[in-house]
Amino acid sequence: MTGKARITLTVNGEPFEADVEPRMLAADFLRDELGLTGTHVGCEHGVCGTCTIMMNGVSARSCLMLAVQLDGAEVQTVEGLGTIRDMHRIQEAFHEHHALQCGFCTPGFLMTVCDILESLPLRTDAEIRDALSGNICRCTGYDHIVKAVRTLVDERDGAAS
Amino acid sequence: MMKPAAFEYVRPETLAEAVTALDHDDARIIAGGQSLLPMMNFRLVQPERLVDINRITELERIERTKTGLRIGALTRHANAARDPLLAEHFPIVAEAMGHVAHVAIRNRGTVAGSLCHADPSAEWPLLVTLLDGEIEILGSDGHRSAEPSEFFLAPLVTDIEEQELVTGVHLPLPAGPSGMAFEEVAQRAGDFAVVAAGAMVRVENDTFAEVRLGLGGVFDTSVRARALEGALTGQRARAEELEAALPLAIEDLEPNDDLHASADYRLSLVPVLARRALIRALHRATQ
Ligand SMILES: Cc1cc2nc3c(=O)[nH]c(=O)nc-3n(C[C@H](O)[C@H](O)[C@H](O)COP(=O)(O)OP(=O)(O)OC[C@H]3O[C@@H](n4cnc5c(N)ncnc54)[C@H](O)[C@@H]3O)c2cc1C
Ligand code: FES
Ligand code: FES
Repeated sequence: MTGKARITLTVNGEPFEADVEPRMLAADFLRDELGLTGTHVGCEHGVCGTCTIMMNGVSARSCLMLAVQLDGAEVQTVEGLGTIRDMHRIQEAFHEHHALQCGFCTPGFLMTVCDILESLPLRTDAEIRDALSGNICRCTGYDHIVKAVRTLVDERDGAAS
Repeated sequence: MMKPAAFEYVRPETLAEAVTALDHDDARIIAGGQSLLPMMNFRLVQPERLVDINRITELERIERTKTGLRIGALTRHANAARDPLLAEHFPIVAEAMGHVAHVAIRNRGTVAGSLCHADPSAEWPLLVTLLDGEIEILGSDGHRSAEPSEFFLAPLVTDIEEQELVTGVHLPLPAGPSGMAFEEVAQRAGDFAVVAAGAMVRVENDTFAEVRLGLGGVFDTSVRARALEGALTGQRARAEELEAALPLAIEDLEPNDDLHASADYRLSLVPVLARRALIRALHRATQ
């Protein structure tokens, strides 16, 4: 296929169908075609993490995927987490712990946290820092982000035991 | 803004379709895309045809063979890190995966993608070099396999022909109970290694039946410290013997100065990381 390709996918539970140029990045598709500008774009080569989304249950860099590769996928973006009136627990924890300042990096952190809360034990703060190492924040100094995640991990593990 | 140049997109569902799709003047495979897409976004690479192998699910398997484990080309770093077969026979793999990039990149990046990208600091080429892996390759003429020393030719250069693809890598089981360990220094968590070292030790009757040391970041490709390995084999299995052999680890190495570290710094890391890896491997081998 040289021209546009038809893709079908669900984003935040809603089904979509679109024709995309193969070279369009997944990040640009979400932002420019679907208008979901919560997914940010920083470096476009996989280093900063602000474009992180959840795809089929695991986190992925949307700047390092093509829109055509979303065909058949279930995608979750930061818009799918919560709203200002009804925040997701991860968003609340970030709010409570002042884990953001300018907010540019925040969507990527939130989506990464969605993944690591499911997939990693995160026993120590060092493990939390390691799991967050793919997301860069130029404002907070990370301490408050680690505290927010620590709270979420404690809640998760408390509920499990 | 950095975006890829236009290309034709082909998504084979089978290996046979993939081989056919690669029969083109300027085709490129995309696996995890975690090294290729950055290069395409910068337009360092502008293939005319992109062959997406992600739907060829048979390439995702990890399986026992008579003599070892076969890791499918499309195995993601994250899946390798939690695979029970690998954990049982090659626990060093999970240890090394902890150093590969970050969570989201490990979810997408693949074993064969890393081997074919052939970064001299990358973990998979080092593991396959250490573990005497055999790289399995499919082309229009059928299957062939390559040893690491034949496969890795130079930084970012491999023996893969344009119309071939890697289908997996076979890791032979060690000849007896062994200990393995992985050590790395990188500037920040998830960065490519400045220097990495992997060790494998087998002890029989209180002597070293086999010692292997693999190094990354200190040469054009991952390398084995053959002089050290040869000198230690047959010696008494003691930490002091390992220590005494460490100067041999830097024989024949030719690291480069680059943005991340000077050649001298890289060389000075080798005995430090080699020591840590060998001593932990010995400890595990004799537990
Ligand atoms: C921020 C960042 C940090 C990283 N840090 C590390 C690190 O610390 N250590 C590390 O090892 N890696 C690191 N990586 C790279 C990552 O591990 C990649 O996943 C890996 O190098 C390439 O695998 P891939 O599946 O993504 O391959 P792709 O990007 O899809 O492909 C890479 C190359 O291999 C070719 N190729 C892919 N599959 C095949 C096949 N089956 N047969 C033939 N050719 C094939 C492609 O054509 C391309 O030339 C990092 C990446 C990023 C973005
Ligand atoms: S924009 Fe994707 S990682 Fe920076
Ligand atoms: S809050 Fe500003 S970059 Fe993280």
